[in-house]
Amino acid sequence: MNTISKIFLRREAGIFVMIVLFCLAVGAFKPQFLTLQSLRIVLLLVPLILIGAMGQMLVLVARHVDLSIGSTLGFSAMVVGMMFKYYPEIWWPLGFLVAIGVGAGLGLFNGFLITLFRLPAIIVTLGTLNLYRGLTYIISNAKQIDRQYVPSELKAMSQTSPIFGIPWIIFMIIAIALLTYWFAMHTRVGRQIFALGSNPVAAQLRGINVSKITLLVFALSGALAGLAGIMYASRWGFVNPSNTGSGFEFQVIAAVVIGGVSINGGVGTVLGTVLGVLLLGCVSSALPLLGIPGTTQNAIYGAVIIIALLIDRGVRQRAIKTISAKA
Amino acid sequence: MAANSTSSATPLLVSRGISKQFSGVEVLSDVDLDLMPGEIHALLGENGAGKSTFAKILAGVYRPTRGTLTMNGAPVEAYSPIHAQRLGITLIHQEPISFPDLSVAENLVLGHERGSLLGRVHWAGMERRANELMDMLGIRIDVTRPMRGLSIADQQMVEIARALVGDSRLIIMDEPTAPLTPKEVETLFGIARKLRDEGRTIIFISHRLEEVQALCDRATVFRDGNLVDTVNVADVSDDDIIRLMIGRSLKEYLHKQRTTIGDVALKVENLTLPGVFSDISFDVHKGEIVGVGGLVGAGRTDVARALFGVEPAATGKIHVNGSEVAIGDPSTAIDLGLAFVPEDRAVAGIFSSLSVEKNISAAVPGKITSGGIIRRALEHAVASDSVKKLRIRLASLQQPIGELSGGNQQKAILARWLLTDPSVLILDEPTRGIDIGVKAEFYDMIGELAAGGRAILLISSELPELLALCDRVLVMSEGRLTANFDRSEATQESIMQAAVPRSADQEVAA
Amino acid sequence: MSVTEKSEIAAAPQRESASARPRWQVMLIRPELMTFVLLIIALIVASSLSPYFLDIAYILDSFTLSAELAMVALVLTIMIIAGEIDLSPASGMALAACTFAYAQQAGVPIPLAVGVGLLTGLAMGLLNGILVIRFQLPSIIVTIGTLIFYRGLAQVIAGDQSIRVPEWFIGINRVLVFGIPVPVLVFVILSVVLGFVLSSTIYGRQIYLIGTNPIAARHAGIRANRIKMSLFLLIGITASIAGMMTASRLGSVRYDIALGGELQMVLMAMLGGTYIFGGRGSILGTFLAAWLLVIVSTGMIVANILPAMQLCVLGVLLIISIIATNFIYSRTQR
Repeated sequence: MNTISKIFLRREAGIFVMIVLFCLAVGAFKPQFLTLQSLRIVLLLVPLILIGAMGQMLVLVARHVDLSIGSTLGFSAMVVGMMFKYYPEIWWPLGFLVAIGVGAGLGLFNGFLITLFRLPAIIVTLGTLNLYRGLTYIISNAKQIDRQYVPSELKAMSQTSPIFGIPWIIFMIIAIALLTYWFAMHTRVGRQIFALGSNPVAAQLRGINVSKITLLVFALSGALAGLAGIMYASRWGFVNPSNTGSGFEFQVIAAVVIGGVSINGGVGTVLGTVLGVLLLGCVSSALPLLGIPGTTQNAIYGAVIIIALLIDRGVRQRAIKTISAKA
Repeated sequence: MAANSTSSATPLLVSRGISKQFSGVEVLSDVDLDLMPGEIHALLGENGAGKSTFAKILAGVYRPTRGTLTMNGAPVEAYSPIHAQRLGITLIHQEPISFPDLSVAENLVLGHERGSLLGRVHWAGMERRANELMDMLGIRIDVTRPMRGLSIADQQMVEIARALVGDSRLIIMDEPTAPLTPKEVETLFGIARKLRDEGRTIIFISHRLEEVQALCDRATVFRDGNLVDTVNVADVSDDDIIRLMIGRSLKEYLHKQRTTIGDVALKVENLTLPGVFSDISFDVHKGEIVGVGGLVGAGRTDVARALFGVEPAATGKIHVNGSEVAIGDPSTAIDLGLAFVPEDRAVAGIFSSLSVEKNISAAVPGKITSGGIIRRALEHAVASDSVKKLRIRLASLQQPIGELSGGNQQKAILARWLLTDPSVLILDEPTRGIDIGVKAEFYDMIGELAAGGRAILLISSELPELLALCDRVLVMSEGRLTANFDRSEATQESIMQAAVPRSADQEVAA
Repeated sequence: MSVTEKSEIAAAPQRESASARPRWQVMLIRPELMTFVLLIIALIVASSLSPYFLDIAYILDSFTLSAELAMVALVLTIMIIAGEIDLSPASGMALAACTFAYAQQAGVPIPLAVGVGLLTGLAMGLLNGILVIRFQLPSIIVTIGTLIFYRGLAQVIAGDQSIRVPEWFIGINRVLVFGIPVPVLVFVILSVVLGFVLSSTIYGRQIYLIGTNPIAARHAGIRANRIKMSLFLLIGITASIAGMMTASRLGSVRYDIALGGELQMVLMAMLGGTYIFGGRGSILGTFLAAWLLVIVSTGMIVANILPAMQLCVLGVLLIISIIATNFIYSRTQR
């Protein structure tokens, strides 16, 4: 077994244990939490976050952050929704291409501003977060795309199941996670993202094209947000210019940092991120069951991000200590 | 001394007339050197003699201003580290640059692969190859572990292995042994010899003459940007090499006037920061200039930083003007009457985009304010007074300090500290990168400051500077104090002898 | 290494003997001037759209809508100059407003309730400060975390309902002193005070020094941690005051007060020529930028431009203003 995998597994095992303990604790009070039905609720809660988290993970690994994904999701969903509304004759799966393409375009624009003008990603994406949201209002004339316009086949993806009662959307996110894993761990460009985040100076010295990689991670993050956009339409059956995707970035960032992705770049795994998303999903679905109002959710997300940052720092400090102890 | 017996073979790399200027200042002039396949070649010289510049030109870090490099008969045209690497030249940094979060195996291959970006990473094959390399070098490192946490020695080994991945013919090691233990040094030497026997060329930059004697076949000595001589190591003694390194004509500096030396202003006992310096004890009297000589990395700057509270020592005592003090941060040090002109002006000295006036007044809030409010007239008066006293050349006090020359920036920093009226002034390489004319002014100033009753600790790598200015010269080597010369005993030779690292039993107690 | 130093040291000598840049040039290349010119242009365009813009009372009244955010933006400007950033104060405004409203609804006398609000502000600043200074986490990420956290706490306290505040507490924006609405007056006074502190006190000077070169500042004996902590506390308490002023203007408190307000705050600072990497900027710039933004957004309303378009304009303005400011600074100073 690879030593690096071992180290990560320890972190991931930690999150896994937390998920189990949490579910058992909730189950002790509310036995209905430990049923297939509630598993289904959790699984239906997380797909969008998971899709976004895969992209955000790559962005954080490359030492950046993308705050605009919520608006990217909203804009892509709106473009697709309007396509369905005004051109209902178009073959509906084309919507996937459109959503992903639009998202990738918005992501590229972020990456372009960041690399060309050497601006901090956080400020640029704070700007585009609002820009893309505004554009969503403008193209939609501030009108919602209602249920009747969203193709029923698309909506069915989040409900009907090919096998074992597991909806299509779950298979889809499993495929996306596996693809991301393959991309991050087994392609040269994936490893270059990790190298860049681990040490940007060394990356340049080793001939890695830093601008190209940066553009790529933002394009990927945007494309995945776009995909999450069309899946939003599938899951909820409508697209609203103000609600769709609003606050999405925070849920995603919370999930990713719980999953052990370091804000200092270079560190992060798909498995950890998936577990982070699941933990977040379990917590969110347990709250109403425990009679805790849904209004606490954001406070919990925020607290969780802060705690994850502190844990991350603790892990790093311990690593440094073990090094100096050895030296 | 002519070159050596291998001159009949075809050289691997030929340097002709290689020169390098930085903004008009020539730091390397007309270097002609042939490097033979299968030799270990030492580059020697004082700090700033040009050996590192030359090595960096070879490795593609710098582009030479003039001259040609020829490798295996073909001219070397491209100058970037990546191109150099593709040509088979690898520079191994003293503290290797790596990707701490990636595995050792990945660190080995990254940058060497060609082909599509979507190309697959073959982990198993990569790790097998990495293990083969490690076996070949006879080192035991788990190639699947992350780079973070490896000792410096192991990181160097990985770098060497990296050179082999690219089948480098020329491997440049820039002071590789400085951070290593004796045992690790032995391992490194074994590997270097092995690589030489395979026909590779190794450039070995080191200050440790005994290592040069033990390992190298030939040595080239640099001085003031010129190549002085290339010798067969077997034919010469340490003393010969030291003479080549320092043998410049002593420039005549005005010796400072004798001043009356007063009470102890700064007394340091057993100051230790593990892994950096240990057991440093000395004192500086009022009116005295105490020099600190030694090679770069000997720990001189670290002692100064510890005294000033930038990075405090772990153990040991500091007395200022007779009372024991604890200095945890620079503001405490300033309150106690210490001042520190740091070595790296751009990083730790100047506020580049701010005006000269603001730079000068930065450490003396009390002198330019009343009731916490800045009095512009006061600040202006204080700053222009300093400018006049130190003869700082500038267009306007409102000019950003970044626009001044190095010498005038340095004067402004000195002015900042003189305003605090320090009793102890620590100067770290105060005249580095300053032209001769301004240097002489600095020497006068330092002399005057001592005459005014201040205690001065002067860290310098320029031996003539130490000899001309100091009442006493301390010498540090590898984190320890190795000599404490009175001005009558100090010579270039004696300082150099004490500065060059030796095995432990030869150390002189301070 | 000695070589790199030489290159940097030897770079300058040709410039020091050159005469100083003419004074007009020094004045002109300041980014605040860019802000001022834009403000004038915006006024001319706006008044051609509607004669209202020549009416000072109308502008002052429009400004009351942004005055709370603008107040916090002033402190944020100082924060950015010191080399840190705080993205959480818009959420902080909501949280302080909610604790205040909750306390007074629970029967706490108003002055005490205001105290609760202020304490909330201090506590929020303290938490940010501890995370950034004691735990050395990057402020940009930490304050995203607290942005969510504080807003979430506000939601916990207020739920999805709005909490009403007593009748007499409502309408601070309609109280005029010398014909100026109180929030505008507070903003102007705060601008003057902070402008003075930043430009003329040793505290302000040290803020510029820290932001320009933190290492050199440490060597010069400046206690950066104390100063930064004081700024986090200051921005926390300013946010709490701004939050309670918003409560007074709206007449009721919801958890989504000033939602997304961090964008406008950062935008005001950037538009006013504050350098995102620290060490440069001024209160005057942010002061002008606040007015500019009000003219632009009110102008768009008057011109019947879609409210949604405003978001776009704000986003685009933010990006353009950082690019422009970076450009100006890189051209004029090194």
